Amino acid sequence: MEHTSTLERILRGVAIVAVVTFFIFPIFWILLMSFQTNETILRNPPSMVFTPTLSNYVALLTGRLETAAGTLDISFMQNLKNSVILSVSSVAVALLLGVPAAYAFARYRFRGSEDMAFTLLSFRFAPPLLVVLPLALYFQDVGLADTYIGLIWVYQLICLPLILWIVRGYFEDIPADVEYAYRIAGHSWFSTFRKIALPLAGPGIAAAGLLAFIFAWNNFVFALVLGSADKQPVTVGALAFVTASGIQFGQIAAAIVLSIAPTLALAIYAQRYLVEGLSLGAVKG
Amino acid sequence: MAAIELLDIVKRFKNETVLDEVTLKVDEGETLVLFGPSGAGKTVLLRVIAGVIEPDGGDVRLNGEDMSDVPPELRNIGMAFQNFALFPHMDAFDNIASPLAARRNTAERVREGVERVARLLKIDHVLGHRPRALSNGQKQRTALARALAAAPSLLLLDDPLRNVDAKLRFEMRLELPRLLAAERASTLYVTQDYKEAMALGDRIAVMFGGRIAQVGSPEEIYLSPASLEIARLFGDPTVNVLDVVPEEDAQGPFVRLSKLRAPIDPGLGHAVGRPCSLGLRPEAIRFVESGAHGAIPVTIEAETPLNEKAVTLVTTARGREILVSRPSGEPGPTEGTAHIAVDSAHALLFDRDTGLRIAPYRSDTDVRGAAA
Repeated sequence: MEHTSTLERILRGVAIVAVVTFFIFPIFWILLMSFQTNETILRNPPSMVFTPTLSNYVALLTGRLETAAGTLDISFMQNLKNSVILSVSSVAVALLLGVPAAYAFARYRFRGSEDMAFTLLSFRFAPPLLVVLPLALYFQDVGLADTYIGLIWVYQLICLPLILWIVRGYFEDIPADVEYAYRIAGHSWFSTFRKIALPLAGPGIAAAGLLAFIFAWNNFVFALVLGSADKQPVTVGALAFVTASGIQFGQIAAAIVLSIAPTLALAIYAQRYLVEGLSLGAVKG
Repeated sequence: MAAIELLDIVKRFKNETVLDEVTLKVDEGETLVLFGPSGAGKTVLLRVIAGVIEPDGGDVRLNGEDMSDVPPELRNIGMAFQNFALFPHMDAFDNIASPLAARRNTAERVREGVERVARLLKIDHVLGHRPRALSNGQKQRTALARALAAAPSLLLLDDPLRNVDAKLRFEMRLELPRLLAAERASTLYVTQDYKEAMALGDRIAVMFGGRIAQVGSPEEIYLSPASLEIARLFGDPTVNVLDVVPEEDAQGPFVRLSKLRAPIDPGLGHAVGRPCSLGLRPEAIRFVESGAHGAIPVTIEAETPLNEKAVTLVTTARGREILVSRPSGEPGPTEGTAHIAVDSAHALLFDRDTGLRIAPYRSDTDVRGAAA
């Protein structure tokens, strides 16, 4: 065991506080902003003292924004629904396709397997804007523009490589002997995949799914170009708050709080499961 | 009909030949021990038999049937792995039950089957535990129970005692033969421990570099090893190897040890003049008084008391190192100079170039021995 002096412990504590403050403060500030009106937000100098208001949240939930220039319809709730539909379906499709593919790449060496796996990864290298403009033209032609299916398809560029490469590593970490043992015991290839490989890679699949969900949720460019207002997620929908009469900081803050809530809740819920799953660790016997 | 019949099995990984035309037969009800150093290809061979690795050439026949198109789940084999390979997310009961469940037994029959082997292996009290909560010995027994659960006609045991402590290994070495006999399964048992091989095997197949070097009963392997390499692996402490050139006089063939004439098997006349290696078991050498017949002066270097014997390292006048073993309790010199005598009549003679044993020529029994 290494010995840590008191000074070292104090310095470490200070460092941790500094780092945590650095990352948490913006979120904390956004949370404060979401309970303020535009006037109090734009006060100079800024102050933490204000009378909290729920007007921002009310505006978002009712879809009517009262500004100095008049009322404005905002489709934030529709955007939120779109985000959920797009992200959940994309991750579901990516898991359905990616997990069996990851298993194949992990367990079987076939001709071109490495090339195929790498090609899938290379989707992540291309700048999205480069891909999205030609895609927009194609989508117009085949009628996929402004459809959920079209967007979910394009979202696979984000989700599939992520899931494939993370889950593959988890499958490779399962000792082949454990799978051999199950087959020799008399079980088919498919039931070995279902009863041994899937449960043992479970934490990895959950982690990859969560990560893919966050990436899909935060995507902006694909939905901006390929979807119209009624198919766009919150990331694009937030643009509506840049109005003719100014930027609605309060509503933006409230929208951010509402839109990070699902991912945050999912992460906190999954974290418990992830830690439990990862400590399974009896694979080595 | 042989339980396992392997014909010219070849397996290559990239450019490395792991199994080089392995031909082997395990008779029904027999326990054949596959013995060899690590990297000899034993585990790969077992996997080829189980069907989880496909051979690049050769035939696997189980109970007379060709297995080339039979997937592992239909081969009716019980297998225990060196690292146990228990299913970590299932408790011991489900682990052991998996071969029974796969055979579409009713829940009642599965429970009976699991309890039968669990009692046999004395793990019936830990059936509710997951592998993580089991001790190493219990894991090993669970793995063995899983292999035995469906009463397969064929058992493949891949060094199952490798990862358990010495005490348990000793107990299991005594217990296993009884267990295997009770199961009446044909068994292929892989080990790197020659004592285990001698204790468990009806026959032993010695494997080197992907080839079967010798197959025979434990006595045959110990007393007439086919090569110097095998002689070195069987025996603790290892056999002493001395470079000699056999000579012959009126009394028969002999070798010179420290200028003394040491007679060797009279049937070894055909080895005269060939550069040879003489294999002397440490127990064939004993300490004697200085005046005794055939006494060779030596210097004591070190003594290692083992449990049942004491092993002494000595050097001869020419600086050759020799191990001498004697039953512990028997007094012997511990330092300074001493004399040893060699029971060279049972010494093993190997060709120095090929390492193969030169078998004594026996005019009255086995004429073919001279050809070897």
